[in-house]
Amino acid sequence: MIHRHDVIIVGAGLAGSRAAVEIGQVADVAVLSKVYPSRSHSGAAQGGIAASLANISKTDRWEYHMFDTVKGSDYLGDQDAIEMMVREAPETVIEMEHWGCPFSRTAEGKIAQRKFGGHTLEFGKEASLRACYSADYTGHVLLHTLHEQCLKHNVNFYSEFQVLSLIFRDNRAIGVVALDMVHGGLHTFYGRAVMFGMGGYGRAFSITSNAHANTGDGLALVSRVGLPVQDMEFVQFHPTGLWKSGILVTEGARGEGGYLLNNEKRRFMEDYAPTLMELAPRDMVARAMQQEIDEGRGINGEDKIFIDVTHLGEAKLMERLPQITELAMNFAGVDPRKEPIPIQPTAHYSMGGIPANANTRVTFDEKRTETVGFYAAGECSCISVHGANRLGTNSLLEALLFGRRSGKQIVEDLPNLEFPTLPADYEDAAREEVDHFKNVSGKEKVGTIRKELQETMMLDCGVFRSEKQLVSQKAKIQELEDRFKHITVDDKSDQFNTDLLEAIELGHLLEFSGAIVEGALARQESRGGHYRKDFPKRDDEKFLKHTLAWRKGANWELTFDKPVMLQGVTHKGFEPMERKY
Amino acid sequence: MPKRTFKIFRFNPETDSKPSYKTYDVECEGWWTVLDALNEIKWFVDGTVTYRRSCRHGICGSCAMMINGKNDLACELQIKTLKGTITVDPLPGFEIYRDLAVNMDPFYAALKRVKPWLINNDPYPSKERIQSPEEFKLMGDSIACILCAACTSSCPSFWSDEQYLGPAALLKAYRYTFDTRDKGLGDRIDALDNKHGLWRCHKITNCYHACPKHLNPTEQISKLQRRIIEEKM
Ligand SMILES: Cc1cc2nc3c(=O)[nH]c(=O)nc-3n(C[C@H](O)[C@H](O)[C@H](O)COP(=O)(O)OP(=O)(O)OC[C@H]3O[C@@H](n4cnc5c(N)ncnc54)[C@H](O)[C@@H]3O)c2cc1C
Ligand code: FES
Repeated sequence: MIHRHDVIIVGAGLAGSRAAVEIGQVADVAVLSKVYPSRSHSGAAQGGIAASLANISKTDRWEYHMFDTVKGSDYLGDQDAIEMMVREAPETVIEMEHWGCPFSRTAEGKIAQRKFGGHTLEFGKEASLRACYSADYTGHVLLHTLHEQCLKHNVNFYSEFQVLSLIFRDNRAIGVVALDMVHGGLHTFYGRAVMFGMGGYGRAFSITSNAHANTGDGLALVSRVGLPVQDMEFVQFHPTGLWKSGILVTEGARGEGGYLLNNEKRRFMEDYAPTLMELAPRDMVARAMQQEIDEGRGINGEDKIFIDVTHLGEAKLMERLPQITELAMNFAGVDPRKEPIPIQPTAHYSMGGIPANANTRVTFDEKRTETVGFYAAGECSCISVHGANRLGTNSLLEALLFGRRSGKQIVEDLPNLEFPTLPADYEDAAREEVDHFKNVSGKEKVGTIRKELQETMMLDCGVFRSEKQLVSQKAKIQELEDRFKHITVDDKSDQFNTDLLEAIELGHLLEFSGAIVEGALARQESRGGHYRKDFPKRDDEKFLKHTLAWRKGANWELTFDKPVMLQGVTHKGFEPMERKY
Repeated sequence: MPKRTFKIFRFNPETDSKPSYKTYDVECEGWWTVLDALNEIKWFVDGTVTYRRSCRHGICGSCAMMINGKNDLACELQIKTLKGTITVDPLPGFEIYRDLAVNMDPFYAALKRVKPWLINNDPYPSKERIQSPEEFKLMGDSIACILCAACTSSCPSFWSDEQYLGPAALLKAYRYTFDTRDKGLGDRIDALDNKHGLWRCHKITNCYHACPKHLNPTEQISKLQRRIIEEKM
């Protein structure tokens, strides 16, 4: 079946939904999502959304937010885009309040704000209360409010439609082909503009805080039509994931005074960051934990560390960290009031993605040349405001704010965008893919290959990396890609065939994991979330550049020719300095 | 690793004339939830077992199902808290698409009938609207609802009347009606004040017992009923 709408949006998280609200008021927009919109992973965010509203930290201003973001990015963030983001943050958050988002409130009745790692006043002088929040479910209330605005504006939703391919010809996005998960069957959607808000790629790793749906489909889709992906090697590992599942234990557990203990019951952070101890930045703590584990000082010699909050006492725990108790009981079977919680670093946020400008138009080369009719925002994009490492609460902001920018840009561009003509072979790629997986019969299992991929990515392309590990991981991915040709998908049905969809998703994971590994291998330096044991220093001379990666046949080709924007739009920019806390 | 037996409701409309149960023995790690066991079955034993899941930490609302006769989130329920064979059924009261996946369209349609968005036509102030912490608290924990449908699916009034809004939609109506920024009760009253609306709640409290987020729709529906009566006086 063929569907024609002015604008086709893929993804209904904060980025996709926010764009839809904007466009839905003036044009005919369709939103496709593989999960019901309000189930998008944006809903999992707890901590907050950054904006220098200065409701509590009265002297806060966008320049401070800009500095923190640039420094946090280890200077790989594009400062023009960062300036736009931090300047527009207050109006973007306040607009959500106007639309009914239930934010927690200050005593004066304003939007409540709290501290979050890396956000400061006066360029690092003291902590800023910049994270706007709603109790422990900030992402949840933002997502639901946006979804409800979409309902109000009669946005057309195609829920549980999984997009399999992007139709892209002569530098122009034409549409997408999707599988109707519930009833089966391929549907083609085409329009004057296509926007991707397809979320992150945490599922390439075995230990992750990300949802099952976060399989980075958008990245595979763009690379299959010859477009590059950017900075894929930058993945943020959060220190406090529950052992084995990777489910996130909030940063607040450290913030409120939790101790990190090794198997000697010792607060090992005194060896790594004697002043900040447990409050050091996420990547530093994650590395310290991983080093303890690697050197055999994990609990029982296993790959876990303890976070101990028992000394805080039941009253403080209940008041300050109410959800931790429930989380630890439900997902680790541990009562944190009585015993320490086993944790390990967890793949949390994908800094890399589809290269795009601050106006969210997708670009395809070092010179940032734009594609036509194609836009991307949110975690699937790389605009790049987070550079090598994103600050907590900046990603909800990014998704919401660039979703909004995308919506406005598309509305502005629509008069100049004609309806494209569908090429004759518009459905072929998707149809071949589905037919292949329904008919292929071999001995391999999707579950097994995925498990091997995720576990080896964690081990050899995780918190610590080295040439030896990455070379071995590259070979491992090639082996898995070969074996993937010989899988069998048990389920042959048309309707609600999640077995088939998981096979398709695994194809994506295998593909872009190659880009993560190649990027990590070529980037012989350590910066933000990317740490090379054999190159522990940052190397601005060679690598103050964005990585672009193109899929060529079974390989990835890389360039390091895309410069970082070191100046803001109006601000002169912050010179790269050592990232010290 | 202890071995546990899972009895799973199976129905595929393309191949089955009627539903049946299929039994799987699974070696479960101590920390596993029911969703972990379902994944183990799907990934390594039988890929055709069908269910919804995404966040796997109780926030997206995808994985509500009936486990040992009680609606719950599969991803939040620790296996070690369950005794004997674990029976897994789809949420009752909805059409079954396949196995544990049901047709949620009526649930979402009910939600839309209560106009679940802020209604207030006053011009926006330049900053945020002021709402005191006490006013914020009036919404209670209704803002934490994850739309998993465990409540509506457990409600006898919903089983007997498909047109009934059900506890989740009514909770959403409560959330906006008790938001001091909202002026939309007049717009919502027709949807609420009829025989498929508020008054079909007979305070059976199944919804309260079913809610995996420990919300209390029954209580909030009562408050909404009182509010409507006041409004009409
Ligand atoms: C546990 C956790 C806590 C977090 N806490 C915070 C926080 O406190 N503050 C903060 O700023 N950030 C936080 N983050 C990060 C932040 O939540 C995300 O970066 C952000 O929400 C991403 O939004 P998005 O709109 O880009 O994508 P998502 O919300 O992930 O949405 C992706 C959308 O794309 C759709 N999609 C994907 N593939 C397909 C396909 N093939 N076909 C159809 N549809 C598809 C999905 O269905 C979904 O609708 C957290 C992340 C996690 C995992
Ligand atoms: S998988 Fe999201 S609530 Fe269970």
